[in-house]
Amino acid sequence: MKCCDTMDSETKREIIMEHYTNPLNRDTIDDPKYIKINSNSETCIDNLDIYVLFNNNIIEDIHFNGEACAISTSAASIMTRLLKNKTIKEVKELINEYKDMIETGKEYDRLEEALVYSDIYKQQNRKGCAIIPWLGIEKAIAEYEKAK
Amino acid sequence: MNREDFPILSNNLVYLDNGATTLKPKVVIDKITEYYSSYSANAHRGDYDISLKVDNEYEKTRDLVKKFINASSRKEIIFTSGTTESINMIAFGFFKDYLEENEEIIITKSEHASNVIPWFKIAKDNKLIIKYIDLDDNYEVTIDNLKKIITPKTRVISLAGITNVLGDLRPLKDIIKTAHENNILVVVDGAQYVPHTKVDVRALDIDFLAFSAHKMCGPTGVGILYGKENLLEKLAPHNYGGGMNESFDNLNEVYLKPLPTRLEAGTPNIAGVIGFGATIEYLNSIGLSNIRKYEHELGKYLFDNLSKIRHITIVNKKPSSIIAFNIDGIFSQDVAVYLNKYGICVRAGNHCAKILKDEVGVKNTVRVSLYFYNTKEEIDKIIDLLKDKNKILNEML
Repeated sequence: MKCCDTMDSETKREIIMEHYTNPLNRDTIDDPKYIKINSNSETCIDNLDIYVLFNNNIIEDIHFNGEACAISTSAASIMTRLLKNKTIKEVKELINEYKDMIETGKEYDRLEEALVYSDIYKQQNRKGCAIIPWLGIEKAIAEYEKAK
Repeated sequence: MNREDFPILSNNLVYLDNGATTLKPKVVIDKITEYYSSYSANAHRGDYDISLKVDNEYEKTRDLVKKFINASSRKEIIFTSGTTESINMIAFGFFKDYLEENEEIIITKSEHASNVIPWFKIAKDNKLIIKYIDLDDNYEVTIDNLKKIITPKTRVISLAGITNVLGDLRPLKDIIKTAHENNILVVVDGAQYVPHTKVDVRALDIDFLAFSAHKMCGPTGVGILYGKENLLEKLAPHNYGGGMNESFDNLNEVYLKPLPTRLEAGTPNIAGVIGFGATIEYLNSIGLSNIRKYEHELGKYLFDNLSKIRHITIVNKKPSSIIAFNIDGIFSQDVAVYLNKYGICVRAGNHCAKILKDEVGVKNTVRVSLYFYNTKEEIDKIIDLLKDKNKILNEML
């Protein structure tokens, strides 16, 4: 799914709320083939477990679970869809672009639906929430690469 | 009450996070500024006038604290950086030596981290046992439940006088009486207790008490360790250095000063301690019993009004000046961010009481904690903002 370049704030809000109320891939995975990462932050109370299945340098599947706010939950939901079936190389690039968007507001087309967070940089107290699930993926990749 | 005393309240801030820290009245700010602008010397160097003035002001605070909690002696009042440091000094300086393998420490699941983790640490190091008093249906401590877990191996009970998530006042008089009948010492975490009600360490027969200035309108970085003199005499310093030694020549000849200075090595937080003196005088001028009475009324007003909102689940079973709740289906942090948009400060999270979830079944809550400068109008404002769930959902992002 591709998002238009200029999303108005109401559309962004609707997408975030939809992913918050009906998150995708929100469940606990009990399968040793998945790498499990806990991602939380010092500054907020979000606490997510991320489950990632790698196969031959490709992310084949992502799930998440935990207690988190609307921003963090929706960001995890959107991320699970966006990163699925992408190579580690692509995912690393997307992580950098996403982080840059959260810090500066710069929009990258490849972030597709995750562009709903392009205004988050204006809210200091929410930046951490938007980034938490992505930090989990970053850690999962590091673990996968270390184990190889 | 007394809102005009607080410069920060002049811009309509609604501050409802008093469990975290409290606002500072002008008299305290001025006292600290006066130290820095007109006599900012070190303490205990009394050869010149401004240093003498520092000593006098610094030690005056000790007298004020002694009187405030009705301690027997100035030697029983030790200045620390806060409740956390005080409890750590009690646990590591006293109980680590006092307790022997398999002896028991009693706490509860509703304690703040700083009254849990030091005990966990010495328990692990010394092979001690941690036991929890069962909380009753109101999440409170009862004497019966305490008696059930005391054994001949129990040596210490460490409890908050008032808890930081639900604000319940513990029956300390009975707890301490029961403890002492069984040769058990009692440590009271006074962080939420001393600021909100009159405390008399002698009437209650408290063995150790820890509290922080900043939770009672005082400066950050100052706390009190109270201990009965005979116990403090046995408390090993955790800091050795300047100010606490009598003389030293070589490894075998280091002589320490008497209490209380032995436990206050290094240059203390002078400005903070002096500011704390002004804080106590300020609180005395209002009266702790007036504060307690006013907060009680305000807490009841908050509880009753929150109870009327159907989409709100309150964790507390009865009114208190600290109320923890959730809006059904909305994460606590989203509620806090929403209220912030209206200039209202509340806390979301587990409030440093991470094992309380075992008892109450929820991990994260919104917490409103009141102090005497809060008003019914402020509560009306928050109630008004919380009663429309759609408004919260629309505006929380």
